[in-house]
Amino acid sequence: MSQQQLHQSGGRLSGRWSPYIVGVGIGILSWVVFVVVAAPLGITTAIGQIAGGVASPIVGADTVAANAYWRTNVMKLDYGTLFLIGTFFGALASALNSKTFKFESIPSVWQERFGSSKTRRFVVAFIGGALAMYGARMAGGCTSGNGISQSLQLAVVGWTFLAVMFVSGAITAAIVYRGSPSIQSGEK
Amino acid sequence: MFPIKGESALLLAIVFGFVFGWLLQRGKVTNYNVIVNQFRFKDFTVLKVMFPAIIVGGIGVLVLTNMELAKWHVRDANMLATIIGAAIFGIGMVLYGYCPGTGVAAIGTGSIHALVGAAGMIFGAILYAFSFEWVRANILSVGKLGKVTLPQIMHVPAWTIYGALIVIAIALFVWVEKRGR
Repeated sequence: MSQQQLHQSGGRLSGRWSPYIVGVGIGILSWVVFVVVAAPLGITTAIGQIAGGVASPIVGADTVAANAYWRTNVMKLDYGTLFLIGTFFGALASALNSKTFKFESIPSVWQERFGSSKTRRFVVAFIGGALAMYGARMAGGCTSGNGISQSLQLAVVGWTFLAVMFVSGAITAAIVYRGSPSIQSGEK
Repeated sequence: MFPIKGESALLLAIVFGFVFGWLLQRGKVTNYNVIVNQFRFKDFTVLKVMFPAIIVGGIGVLVLTNMELAKWHVRDANMLATIIGAAIFGIGMVLYGYCPGTGVAAIGTGSIHALVGAAGMIFGAILYAFSFEWVRANILSVGKLGKVTLPQIMHVPAWTIYGALIVIAIALFVWVEKRGR
């Protein structure tokens, strides 16, 4: 890496580790969880359970209890939910430790294309989150559960998920960001 | 001794989650710009994380299962649901700017819009729960292949596929690094 490149990556994304090293780290973490707890990395099963808890006061506990999905995905402080909580705190600790914690409502790449309306960003983030979650539940997992945990086992479900989501995402990005300048990933 | 179950496993869940979140943050995949720019082919950080995770993780798990220290956890390939679900997921991931795991981690780094999108994720999960019976009858039931793996359907050893993935990854990343992406 040249001095200039070092300066660029240091300035743009301070406190970052090589993404290759991070990937190897996640791979090794997978070994550990396969052996020690026999529970592959995953995120969205827990979110599906939490959704039952959130829906309960709105639609009624009886409706949730009778629901075919929530019957087998009951909200509880189980392994997946605690893993989710750990993920939040791990990222928080890492951001504080590397002094990169920063409140952000509108990322620069978005702002370049869509301006500085928080409402617009929040509405699209909400819709995007809803679609990502709906799709992940239908496919049985997200980038973690399918993309990493199933793909590393060379499971057909994992590689099908990765290939389709990547093509779908690239088409979406081409449409959403058509004509937008080729902005760098930027500070943070 | 392993696998550990019960309350000790719950404590370990927090530890493993913590490590996962820490790694995602250090890899900068908790950054909206980094994720979106992967789908615009301008920044390959996401693939630089995922390929090594899959290859290193996969080879390790293969060895560990051969040593009978770990078991496979291959899930059913319900092809129609996986294809439609992944297509919806790809749209959502670009609009949100995160996947579910990096979104949760991004909240920890101070991303307010990641938090708003997390509320959206809860909403999406509620919609899924209410449409689940229909999805199960009409989508999950189509193209059920069972717990199949690529070595099984391609009739090649797992090592061949891991070897091919290593070659593909090296070729891709040499190309990507030359272009500074």
